[in-house]
Amino acid sequence: MQQRTQEITIIGGGLVGLSVALGLLMAGQRVRVLDGADSDARASQGNFGLIWGQGKGWDFAPYANWTMDALTAWPAFAQQLRDLSGIDVALDQPGGYEFFTDPTEFDAFKAELAQQAIHLGKRARYEMLSGDDLRSQMQGIGPDVVGASFSLYEGHVNPLRFLRALRCSVQTMGGHVRLGATVSAIRPQPKGGYALVLADGETLHTEQVVLCAGLGAATLARDLGFNTQVRPQLGELLITEKLGDRLPFLSSTIRQVDEGGVQIGGTKANAGLNDHETLPIMSKLAHHAVTVFPALADVRVVRAWGALRVMSPDGYPVYAKSSMHPGAFLVTCHSGVTLAPLHTSVLAEWILNTSATPELEAFDECRFALSHAA
Amino acid sequence: MNVASRFRTLPETGDRVQFTLDGAPASAPAGVTVAAALLAHSGAWTRQTVKGAGRTAYCMMGVCFDCLVEVDGTPNTQACMTLLREGMTVRRQTGLRDLNGGHCG
Repeated sequence: MQQRTQEITIIGGGLVGLSVALGLLMAGQRVRVLDGADSDARASQGNFGLIWGQGKGWDFAPYANWTMDALTAWPAFAQQLRDLSGIDVALDQPGGYEFFTDPTEFDAFKAELAQQAIHLGKRARYEMLSGDDLRSQMQGIGPDVVGASFSLYEGHVNPLRFLRALRCSVQTMGGHVRLGATVSAIRPQPKGGYALVLADGETLHTEQVVLCAGLGAATLARDLGFNTQVRPQLGELLITEKLGDRLPFLSSTIRQVDEGGVQIGGTKANAGLNDHETLPIMSKLAHHAVTVFPALADVRVVRAWGALRVMSPDGYPVYAKSSMHPGAFLVTCHSGVTLAPLHTSVLAEWILNTSATPELEAFDECRFALSHAA
Repeated sequence: MNVASRFRTLPETGDRVQFTLDGAPASAPAGVTVAAALLAHSGAWTRQTVKGAGRTAYCMMGVCFDCLVEVDGTPNTQACMTLLREGMTVRRQTGLRDLNGGHCG
């Protein structure tokens, strides 16, 4: 009789949890995903759909390279999702701009990109454009834009369709996704394995557990002996009515979804677990969009919302194996879209220990140990 | 009023307002919304989705966005949230609006 492989339970059914689940399923594992309540802080349902690398890891080479690996893996990944789920996530990688209206911020970002390019070596592909260069290349850019960076690898997907494609792919591969299953405690068992206590009192048992619960990981991480503390960062965004014609650019703050609506966002604020949108920020976003591309002034905003990013202490991903509890893993990041192709491939190999993954060592949570001891 | 409409207006008591729909003259009781006027006019579709399906006013309370029409040159106007005024130019809308304010079709 064929021996059954051990079951792995993923706690968290957002982009990160589903990506990890898909990777493990494709590696032949039995996987169960426990997803929490509708009212949880769900970064995956508020995201911007960007596949973005500019500036990422400028002061941390492993992250710069990890992000670049992900950017180049996206085309094959999107095709894989389509094959598994039948869903087209509308991947488009035309390259992307960061627009600046403040010369000081423009110069500071230029320095960061130069530093990032050193880490990336031959893979770095970007240019800095003055406002006039930009206006001569592209019609409709406002006079107050002082400059922009352009990077060749940037792209975007339809954010909600991507989440659905991931969930459908997991189910196609035989993964079981259980909804409304909030894990309130994890109890490592004396003889190995874990008891997962659900909020409704039910207890589930599993051989291995991967914690991908975003902001919900706060207390569960401690149950497994992890010291990483994640914090929420509020981002707000506006959605316009759908447009029949296409914007001539993709940027990190203004992007047009394949269905025609424009998303305007990119703000960062510390507001605890409050994810409400605010009038001053909405006004600032609208002003930014019209400054960059004045033709948007006439376009209506039809929705606005806030959502909470999941931030580690230094902003980089955390991929940690519990030293105290074998078979327990912590995976958290705020770039669940960009990094998804690697979470379904390299990360699965790291969890299963099926091949060497030296590029992941830098993301262990031991980098936070000193600050906690202080 | 077009007698072919499936919708009946309340008993009319006062003035009527003149407007145009796709260039053709039309009228409705004073004080109604553009959506009510369009339903009473013929009840036929007043916008087409991107895929060409016909739609007209449905929720009448600003929620469903199925009543979008072009009013006095402004596309994507919610007809149910707009009071009909004398001389309004209303156009049925096909597909999405463009950045320059017009719409395709």
